[in-house]
Amino acid sequence: MLVLPGEEIPNQGLKPGPGTYRVGGKVYASVLGFLSPRPPFVQVIPLSGRYIPKPNDVVVGTVTDVQSTFWLLDIGAPRWAPLHMTGTPWKVDVGETERFLKVGDAVVVQVENLDATGRIGVTMNGEGLGKLEGGTIVTITAARIARVVGRSGSMIQTITRHTGARVAVGQNGRIWVDGAPEAIRRVSAVLHMIDEDGQRPGLTERVESYLLATMPTGPTGPTVPRTEPRDEPAPRGAVATDDDDEADEDGPDESGSDSDSN
Amino acid sequence: MGSVGAKEVPVLLTPDGRRIDGRTLDELRPIRIEAGALHQADGSAFVEWGANKVMAAVYGPREVHPRHLQQNNKAVIQCRYNMAAFSVDERKRPGLDRRSQEISKVIAEAFESVVFAEEYPRTSIDIYIEVLQANAGTRCAGLVAASVALADAGIPMVDLLPAVAVGKVGGAIALDLRKEEDNYGEADLPMALVPQSGRLVLLQMEGHMTEEELARSLDLGVQGCRTIYEKMKAALRERYAVGPPAGGAA
Repeated sequence: MLVLPGEEIPNQGLKPGPGTYRVGGKVYASVLGFLSPRPPFVQVIPLSGRYIPKPNDVVVGTVTDVQSTFWLLDIGAPRWAPLHMTGTPWKVDVGETERFLKVGDAVVVQVENLDATGRIGVTMNGEGLGKLEGGTIVTITAARIARVVGRSGSMIQTITRHTGARVAVGQNGRIWVDGAPEAIRRVSAVLHMIDEDGQRPGLTERVESYLLATMPTGPTGPTVPRTEPRDEPAPRGAVATDDDDEADEDGPDESGSDSDSN
Repeated sequence: MGSVGAKEVPVLLTPDGRRIDGRTLDELRPIRIEAGALHQADGSAFVEWGANKVMAAVYGPREVHPRHLQQNNKAVIQCRYNMAAFSVDERKRPGLDRRSQEISKVIAEAFESVVFAEEYPRTSIDIYIEVLQANAGTRCAGLVAASVALADAGIPMVDLLPAVAVGKVGGAIALDLRKEEDNYGEADLPMALVPQSGRLVLLQMEGHMTEEELARSLDLGVQGCRTIYEKMKAALRERYAVGPPAGGAA
């Protein structure tokens, strides 16, 4: 059930959880989102807004500042996240940080810890983490990432299969996409489609029909058979499979939060 | 939007209680609210209210600029109200002036009393209000737009913040003044209401009223705010509408 800030929540003896507050024995919603009773608490799962980091989330960020021992990353969260030089797979000397990452570089990192003041610790040590070369970053609402991944990564697999693009999905709503210009354009269109009406049912069907309708019929010339251009990006497709595995890891815990919203 | 032109005071109230645009004393101008009108911002809204057109964008919580404004126990709420040069008949000189600074301040303070700023220490919530076309009551239209934009941005708060102005025109208390009524009327009283608690978090007045008229104005304004509140909620529901209940996994 959709609730808005200030709306009273029928309180069957439940305590106010995240996204709610209590005044004079009544519980009200404080954010726009779906009501989710989770006895003994009742909470509201936000449908919009900035990315709120959780430990172990894999996120896509960009470097906004370089210091002598760390970089500051914009991961779309309320605060910039420091990435310390020891949190990288490289041997970085003090003062040498800029040789590895410059302002504007894109990276995949993992949220390690959060403290009460909102400081976000991230690391680049781990599988699938590192600096991103080439490609482009598409930003959507962080709350919609579960839809992009789909159940056990089904949606992201559909997207990579039909486009041959390489994709890295960050839980912060930023998705890195690389491949042929046409593939990037189609993936980007699909991602915005999911962002706009990811809440409506039949999303997978709509995405698939869009991808089939925009399938290139021979961009290199009319003589090229229909299937040929599909073979061309095959090596990229193979790389995309690696990324699919990564998406799979995100899958289960995301489908977990899916069922929460029910 | 036609020019007022007339130097003499227009007839603001007919003997049968109709106003210059045919409204009754307790009637609002038509309002249309669109939530999520912009893509770049974390939250946004567009409000058309009578001949007013106002856009609001919300960014944040995000890093504070300039850094020294940062507060280590809560988010700072910064607001910029601005009127476009083309928003009024006679070109408005662009940029900050005393009036827009004052309005920015009172709007930021109104939101400070409803937003749960403690949840995001050392950050900033930035509210931008751009008036594209003005016809009196732009601070209220701006507040309404900003409030819907804040909800659209997922900012936790006590409630939405409907706002409206009440005034005195032709000797009578009237809801939601339009430009001629504001210019030639006797008083203008903008207010913003927290519907959940019934508190007013913005109340300003220009002109003169008796104590009894003030009391009636407040009642009328609160009633107007409640009507606007429903329109704000409807706009947000429309934006986040889903097919089946509970939004099921598609």
